[in-house]
Amino acid sequence: MKEYPLDGIRIVDFTWAWAGPYATLLIALLGAEVIKVESRKRLDHTRLRSLMTGPTMGNPDQSTVFNDVNLNKLSLTLDLTKPKAIKIIKELVKKADVVIQNMRPGVMERLGLGYETLREVKPDIIMLSSSALGSTGPERNYSGYAPTFSAMSGMAYISGYPDKQPSTLSGAIDTRVGTTSVFAILAALIYRQRTGKGQNIDLSSSEAISCLMGEAFLDYSMNQRIKERDGNADHTMVPHGCYPCQGENHWVTIAVSTEDEWQAFCKALGSPAWTKDSRFTDTQGRWQNREELNQLISEWTIKHADYEVTEILQNAGVAAIPTLRGDMVSKDPHIIGRNLFDEIEHPELGKRLVVGPPWRLSATPAEVRRPAPLIGEYNQYVLGELLGMEQSEIDQLIEEQIVN
Amino acid sequence: MEQALSGVKVLEYCNFVSGPYCSKLIADLGAEVIKIEEPGTGDEARHRGPFPGDIPDPERSGLFLYLNTNKLGITLNLESTAGKKVFTELVKNTDVLIEDTTPGTMNNLGLGYDSLKEVNPSLIMTSITPYGQTGPYRGYKAHHLNIYHSSGQAQFSYSMSQNSNLPPVKGGGFLGDYDAGLSGAVATLAAFFKRTFGGTGQHIDISRQESLISLDRIDIGSFTNDTSMVERRRGMLGGLMPCKDGHVVVLAPQQHQWEAMVQMMGNPVWAMGEKCRDEFARSEHAEELQPLINEWMLERTKDEIYHLGQSYGCPAAPVNSTADVFNSPQMKERGFFADIVHSKAGRLSYPSASYKLSETPWQANRAAPLLGEHNQEIYCRRLGFSSEELAEMKTSGVI
Repeated sequence: MKEYPLDGIRIVDFTWAWAGPYATLLIALLGAEVIKVESRKRLDHTRLRSLMTGPTMGNPDQSTVFNDVNLNKLSLTLDLTKPKAIKIIKELVKKADVVIQNMRPGVMERLGLGYETLREVKPDIIMLSSSALGSTGPERNYSGYAPTFSAMSGMAYISGYPDKQPSTLSGAIDTRVGTTSVFAILAALIYRQRTGKGQNIDLSSSEAISCLMGEAFLDYSMNQRIKERDGNADHTMVPHGCYPCQGENHWVTIAVSTEDEWQAFCKALGSPAWTKDSRFTDTQGRWQNREELNQLISEWTIKHADYEVTEILQNAGVAAIPTLRGDMVSKDPHIIGRNLFDEIEHPELGKRLVVGPPWRLSATPAEVRRPAPLIGEYNQYVLGELLGMEQSEIDQLIEEQIVN
Repeated sequence: MEQALSGVKVLEYCNFVSGPYCSKLIADLGAEVIKIEEPGTGDEARHRGPFPGDIPDPERSGLFLYLNTNKLGITLNLESTAGKKVFTELVKNTDVLIEDTTPGTMNNLGLGYDSLKEVNPSLIMTSITPYGQTGPYRGYKAHHLNIYHSSGQAQFSYSMSQNSNLPPVKGGGFLGDYDAGLSGAVATLAAFFKRTFGGTGQHIDISRQESLISLDRIDIGSFTNDTSMVERRRGMLGGLMPCKDGHVVVLAPQQHQWEAMVQMMGNPVWAMGEKCRDEFARSEHAEELQPLINEWMLERTKDEIYHLGQSYGCPAAPVNSTADVFNSPQMKERGFFADIVHSKAGRLSYPSASYKLSETPWQANRAAPLLGEHNQEIYCRRLGFSSEELAEMKTSGVI
C-alpha cells in the first residue's frame, strides 16, 4: 500500500474561495482525508464564478476553478442553519483531527461550531480560522480577497514600477495565505502528537503576506525609510531585468551578479563596442546608466528567441530564463522533464491537466489521486460509512433538506 | 516555555532567503536550528542590507537579522576533510537537514543524501534549489527575478495592470524566494510528522520555480487547458484605483458587495440605471462606468474609503506602505511587530507571525546569531572538542 505523510489524518473543511481551499488541497495532496462541508444554499462561489472570469460556470459540478483547488477532497452537503446538521458536524468532529474555516470572525460561533464548543466534543481538536485581518483587533470584522490582502500587507505598495501604479499581484496572494495555514496546522499536529493537546489557531491573511517582506519592515525600523517600488531592478546586480525577444509578448529575464559574469555576458553578446563603454565598467556605473544599458541589451535580445537567449547566456554562466506566460508553463521542456502536470479525468469536465504537488518526497510522495468532488458526492460515505447512520436515517435527512 | 516544535533538531546549510526562511519558520516555533555558514564571509544576506544608516556591516543586515531569528550560528568549511567529518557528526545528531546548494554539490562533497542516510537513517533532508534536483534546467543559475518570471506569475499581474507597454514585472522584494522557503517548511514538517508515526527518513526535492507555479495553479490550469485564454477577461468594476493620497483596492464580486459600494458612494444616480443592473451589464459598460468610480475615489483618502467601504460591507483596502502597516491600529492591537534586541544591531521591530497558536505561541527567544557565535557551544560542549582543537580548526580555516 502507498504511504502518505498525513495518512490517517482527517480534516473537516469549512473553507471556501481560494485561500482556505488551497490549504486543504495541500493537506489532501499529502494524504489526509479532507471532508469539505458545503451547502447548496450557500455554494462555494468558485463552483459558479471566479474573480478572474466572472459568472461563467454552467452548474456547480462544472467549475474548472473549483476543480483545480479541490482535488482529492470529499464533499458533504449540509444545511448548517438546521440544528440537526450541527449535531452531525459534532459527530464528525469527534472523528476528526483538524477543523479549518475561513468565514468572518464570529460566524462559526453563531452556528454553534466555535472552538470552545468543538473542544468539548473533541478535547484535542486543532482548529484553524483564517480571516482578512485576524479574529482580534478593531478591524477584525473587515472582509477581503487576495487583492485587498496584498494592499493591506504592504506587498502591493512595493510591487510594480517606480512612478507607476502599485501591483496587487495575482491570485497567488490567496494561496500564500493557504500555505501559511498548512504550516501552522502541521506544527500543531506535531505538538499534539508529542503532548496530546490540541489548540486554536487564529490567522490573519494580511499578516501572512507581510511576513514575506520582512527586510522592508526592518528597513523601516532601522532607518524610518519607506520601501518604494523598483520594478525588475536590483541595485546590486546590473543588468537585472526583463527584455523583449522575437515574437509578440515574448520576454527573457537576465541577472548579472558578479564582475566575472559581466565579462562572460559581454563575450556571449559578441563583445559589441558599447560593452567597453567606460560608463559600464562597474556595477555603480551600470546602475547609474541602467536605462541606456537596458536599451542596448534589448536591441540584442529582440533579435533572438527567448529560449535562444537563455541558452546562450546559461552556457556562458549567466542567469537567464524566459518569462513564461500561463500557456507556456506546461510546454516548457524542464516542466515536462519533471512531470509537474498530472492528467485527471473529471466526470463533468473530462480530461484536464492540473499542476501536481510542489514537493518531491522520496519515501512518501504527495499525489493527485482524484478530481474535485461533485457537490454532495460523498454524503453516503460520510453519513453511512463514517458515522454509521442507517439508510432510513439518511433518507430522512435528505427529505428534511438537512442534507441538501 | 514549551513550543509546538520544541525538541526538533534542524541543521541548516543555506544562503540568502529561501533556505534561511524555511528554517526560520521552524526555529520560531521552538525547534533548535543550527545554521552553518562559510568561515569569514558568512551568509550572502549579511552583505545585502538594509543596514542602519546604509553603512554595510555583516552583523547588522536587516535581511539577515529577519531571516535568522531563533537560530544558533556556527562556521564550517565543508570543502576541508576535517570540515566534512564535523558535518557528518552534526548530521548524526539531527532530525532535519535543510540545504540549498546547486544539485550535485553535496554528492561531490561526499555529503549527498545517500551517504548521509548511512550515518543517520531517519534523516529528513530538504534540498531547496532554483529548478529542482532533476530536469534540463537543474544546473541553471537563477536569482529571484528569474525564478519569479519563470513561474507564470509575472505575466498574470502584468495582464491585469495598466502598465502593459512595459515588460512584465516581478513581485516586490524577494517574494518568490520566501515562497519557496514556506513551501519547503510545509514538506519538511509533513515528513517529520510521518516519522513520528514510524515513518523513515527521506529526501525532499524543492524547486523554487515549482513552489511559485503551484501557488498560481488556478490561472495556470486555465491557460493550460484553454489555449484561447490568452488575455484575462475584465470581470468587474472597481479594483485598484488612485485616490487622494495614494491608492485603494475596492472589490465587489458579489451583488450585495456592489450594493454596499454604491451606498458608500452615496447612491449616485448613474449607479441606479440599467447599465448597473447586474454584473453582466456593468461589465459591458465598464469603460463608461469605471471613470465615474475613479472620480469619487480621487476626492477621498485611502483611510476614509477603507473604513467607509467596510462599514457598508464592501471589501475595501488602502494600499499600505511599510510605515502604514507598522502604524496601523489593527497591527498594534494584535502585537504583530515584536521588538528583538541584537547585540550589534540593537533593538528593532520585526514582523512576528501571522498565526496565533493558543497553546504554543510564536516566540522571539533569541536574535539572529553573530558569525560563528555558537562555535564554542556546539563544537566544544556538544561534540566534545577541546579549546585547543577549536583554536586549531580556526587557524586551519575549518571554522
